[in-house]
Amino acid sequence: MRITHEIEITPTAVILDGQTLTQTETGEKMLIGLYRQHANDYPKFFKMDTLCRLGFIATELLLQAEGAERFVPTEDRAVILANRNASIKNDKDYLKTISEQDYYPSPALFVYTLPNIVTGEIAIRNKYMGETAFYILDTPDQLMPIVETTLNTPYSTLNSAIAGWCDCSDANTFYAKIQIIWKN
Amino acid sequence: MIYCLAHHIISPLGDGSQANFEAVRAGKTGLRYYANRFVSVEPFCASLFTEPQAFVPLCIHSAEQAIKETNIVPSDENVVLVLSTTKGDNLDLLSPAQQIAEHFGNRNKPIVVSNACTSGVCAHITAQRLLESGIYQHAIVIGCDLQTRFIVSGFQAFKALSDEPCLPFSPERKGLNLGEAAATIIWSTDKQGDWRLAAGSIHNDANHISAPSRTAEGAFRCLRDVMQGVQPEDIELVGVHGTATPYNDAMEQVAIERAGLAHATISALKPYFGHTMGAAGVLETIICMLTAKKQFIKMLSGFGGVNAAIRLKCE
Repeated sequence: MRITHEIEITPTAVILDGQTLTQTETGEKMLIGLYRQHANDYPKFFKMDTLCRLGFIATELLLQAEGAERFVPTEDRAVILANRNASIKNDKDYLKTISEQDYYPSPALFVYTLPNIVTGEIAIRNKYMGETAFYILDTPDQLMPIVETTLNTPYSTLNSAIAGWCDCSDANTFYAKIQIIWKN
Repeated sequence: MIYCLAHHIISPLGDGSQANFEAVRAGKTGLRYYANRFVSVEPFCASLFTEPQAFVPLCIHSAEQAIKETNIVPSDENVVLVLSTTKGDNLDLLSPAQQIAEHFGNRNKPIVVSNACTSGVCAHITAQRLLESGIYQHAIVIGCDLQTRFIVSGFQAFKALSDEPCLPFSPERKGLNLGEAAATIIWSTDKQGDWRLAAGSIHNDANHISAPSRTAEGAFRCLRDVMQGVQPEDIELVGVHGTATPYNDAMEQVAIERAGLAHATISALKPYFGHTMGAAGVLETIICMLTAKKQFIKMLSGFGGVNAAIRLKCE
């Protein structure tokens, strides 16, 4: 396996391929600022929950660093992400809409109560028809054998993966460390 | 190749794979009408346990019953636990898996697969990769979800539920029913048992997070991959997702036709068990093993645009 690009995002810092990108905001406001500065052409971003925004912006920056032609339909790239807290931040937001006092369940929030939605958002944005998968793990190192065996599945069409850790427990507590990993 | 050493289902239809299979053959259903099950939630039709169950003990029961039929020692370091669930134990997915592993004295960190409704089929695929690469020798794959006010209210908000028993692949279909179950398959690189997992594939539609591709881009690619090296006529049975929502079943029909599988018998089990979410890919694969004679495909699709399929072959 060969890693070509890596991004790390904390609520106060963004490090892309070893270089720190200076931020003026923190937390979710920082994610929105990153979107405005580096993408700003995908209004669906504003419908997304924090976990999806985190994964989305991390991937945008990774793919801009990669510099290949974007939005070409392909099935040779997988999106394999993992975390500890599943979709708990958005689950709690959805729970607020079904309180006994004020019961008005929100379909717009309910759709984000699954952690794998972030992998779907990335696949849709980039027209990736390869594998998308989400795992809940104790530690990030558990993901590597999963990524390696995914890329080496004999009859698969995959050559590379956007893979890593994408965790969010509230709007200002999140961590992403995502890489572009090649089979060879 | 990985081989199915043993399996187990516990659902409102019974305790044990054979008991569940017999109930299906007898035309029994777990689906009931619930008018006041959860506060504020509109009436719905679902397959729920009569006595409320706890997530971890239910998973442990299912796994224990399956392990009992094998020689594997669950505490061995060559055994890995893979849990398929979407909402786990009251929104907690990791610690239930850790508790189950701890119960069996297994010190390998468990893997939770949470890939929406495809989780169960994806869990088999994950097990296959980890076993075939030699990292582990046996995998205990458990699928489980229990219904809550959270889940039912959300599916109602989505207008995805039918208040009557669901009708997969029927022109009259108008939505899905939710269900509760736990199911276990024990996979091994040991050449034992009748059924082996021949191939598995996962693809995204890259279309929409909550609606399937009308041209079945993801599901078709899954079928295409798992049929490499086999003729369509060798596939006798296709276990569909068959949620009975208008768009899902139409998409699956397109995928089946595109893959040249229109001749195959269709197995749609939601009218018996409801949509058991994280358990569906385990439970429905077991019923297909008990139904088919030689070779079948089990497919699932879910939110996030994800699709998955596996092909099983009888030796």
